[in-house]
Amino acid sequence: MKRMAIVGNHALSYGALLSRVQVIAAYPITPQTQVVELLSEMCADGTLKAEFVKVESEHSAMAAVMGASASGARAFTATSSQGLALMHEVLHWVTGARLPVVMGNINRAFGPPWSIWTEQTDSLSQRDTGWMQIYAQDNQEVLDSVILAYKVSEQVLLPTMVVLDAFFLSHTSEPVEIPDQEMVDEFLPPYENKYILNPDDPHAFGGLTNPEWYMELRYKIHKAHEEALQLIEKEGREFEKLFGRYYGLVDPYRVDDADTILVAVSTAASTARYAVDLLRERGKKVGLLRIRVFRPFPYERVKEILSGAKKVIVLDRNLSPGAGGIIASEVRGALANVKNHPPVFSYIMGLGGRDITTKNIMELFEEVEKMEEGKDIIWKGVKI
Amino acid sequence: MIEIRFHGRGGQGTVVASKILADALTREGKFIQAFPEFGVERRGAPVAAFARISDTKIWPRHKIYEPDHIVILDPTLIGAVPLLDGLKPGGWILVNTTKKPSQLGFPKEFKVATVDATHIALKYRLGSAASPIVNTAMVGAFARVIPVVKLETLLDAIEEGVPIKPKENRAAAEEAYNSVIMEG
Repeated sequence: MKRMAIVGNHALSYGALLSRVQVIAAYPITPQTQVVELLSEMCADGTLKAEFVKVESEHSAMAAVMGASASGARAFTATSSQGLALMHEVLHWVTGARLPVVMGNINRAFGPPWSIWTEQTDSLSQRDTGWMQIYAQDNQEVLDSVILAYKVSEQVLLPTMVVLDAFFLSHTSEPVEIPDQEMVDEFLPPYENKYILNPDDPHAFGGLTNPEWYMELRYKIHKAHEEALQLIEKEGREFEKLFGRYYGLVDPYRVDDADTILVAVSTAASTARYAVDLLRERGKKVGLLRIRVFRPFPYERVKEILSGAKKVIVLDRNLSPGAGGIIASEVRGALANVKNHPPVFSYIMGLGGRDITTKNIMELFEEVEKMEEGKDIIWKGVKI
Repeated sequence: MIEIRFHGRGGQGTVVASKILADALTREGKFIQAFPEFGVERRGAPVAAFARISDTKIWPRHKIYEPDHIVILDPTLIGAVPLLDGLKPGGWILVNTTKKPSQLGFPKEFKVATVDATHIALKYRLGSAASPIVNTAMVGAFARVIPVVKLETLLDAIEEGVPIKPKENRAAAEEAYNSVIMEG
């Protein structure tokens, strides 16, 4: 184990290196570029024995890793925002073909107008592609999540997106423990799949499927997501035994006796944890529920933790125009069948990389303290 | 937790300076977050970078609005950019300048340190005569004024972290460490 100061983008690269990925295809886009810069250097100098495929677009990048994965290789790519949107068609195909591709996505707001800064709308708008989605809150979690993603993906045959905030992680240098290769090898065995593209053993894949059977295949994808709910926590505990760090579906903090619980993802959740400590020092009974895995959505865990609260605040750094916060929509859904569930206060803030400060988050708790009825949407900090 | 803001101009190595600092503190087992002002950097334009330093894990993840200390890599920024915004009373202002601290006229509530990093950078031929790269000299001076990291650790991090002229950068940092003038 070596402790190094690295940026979040390079944490993705090291995660791919340690997972011994065999094929990488990627197209550069700000703020993801450093991920593939380092991986291409690693491939060029022999540190990583992988095929690096240069492509002319993100659609081709995803198509290339799809083909690689179908032929039995462990495949990796990374992108951001418009690049992810361009992959959209192939994302669905990768899931349907049950290929355990892992990709990094650096959250970046969509244009127009052009923005390079963070918000979660790019990855959350891929919600229904069937990809599992993990949202990291620090660079260590970025690296570890790549390894964990392959471990789970290759068992349930579903792809995973490891998601991190532009700049607040992607370009922030901080200490990361780089695990020893032998220990990662012990945790993550080579990828094996008996159904692969192989000219010596030809099969047909993905052909026309009549209405009699299509639905069953969709059912199996959903069942695989349900299986992943269990597996993510199980593998998280296995990972903890070897590396001393646990990652689950959710990350609750000081929720046991909390009257008000804030739900957040990514770096906003990290800041919120600090805000919760400051408010606790003032005697406020507040807690934090960080959603780490957005797909499969951990409805049961969310219900367990939030049902006992008097009020629930959801911080969404994303927007589904015409509906509101995407995480809030899931949280309300999770609570819908809970009797006498707490009111939900849905905040939209920090779009396009606008800073979410400790003070801002403390204000959310203070504002909600004065409100009784839940609110479907509250805009925080809009200047018009 | 100590929060520091760096002010420089694009091309002076402000971001690399914060990365070297991150590396050095990581080597000593400490926690640090070092990050640039997120934007599209242009040569000569004012830029900022931030660092949080702690003995334990750091949770807040946003820009620093109330720094404990500030580091100014380019004296021409004084008067051009609101450098002292949010600076906590009693904090250090470390400036690259030929002047002495008392000649800069900063408010008395702050402590001021100066170092002629431009002269040091030119002496070791870091960057060009028109655009010297002062970052390593400035982090050397920083290590003296704000003693969060051992000089030797920092010098090793510099030698391994700079893209070119490792020995010269190391020497520049050491000279700045030894020549910084502190008042307050």
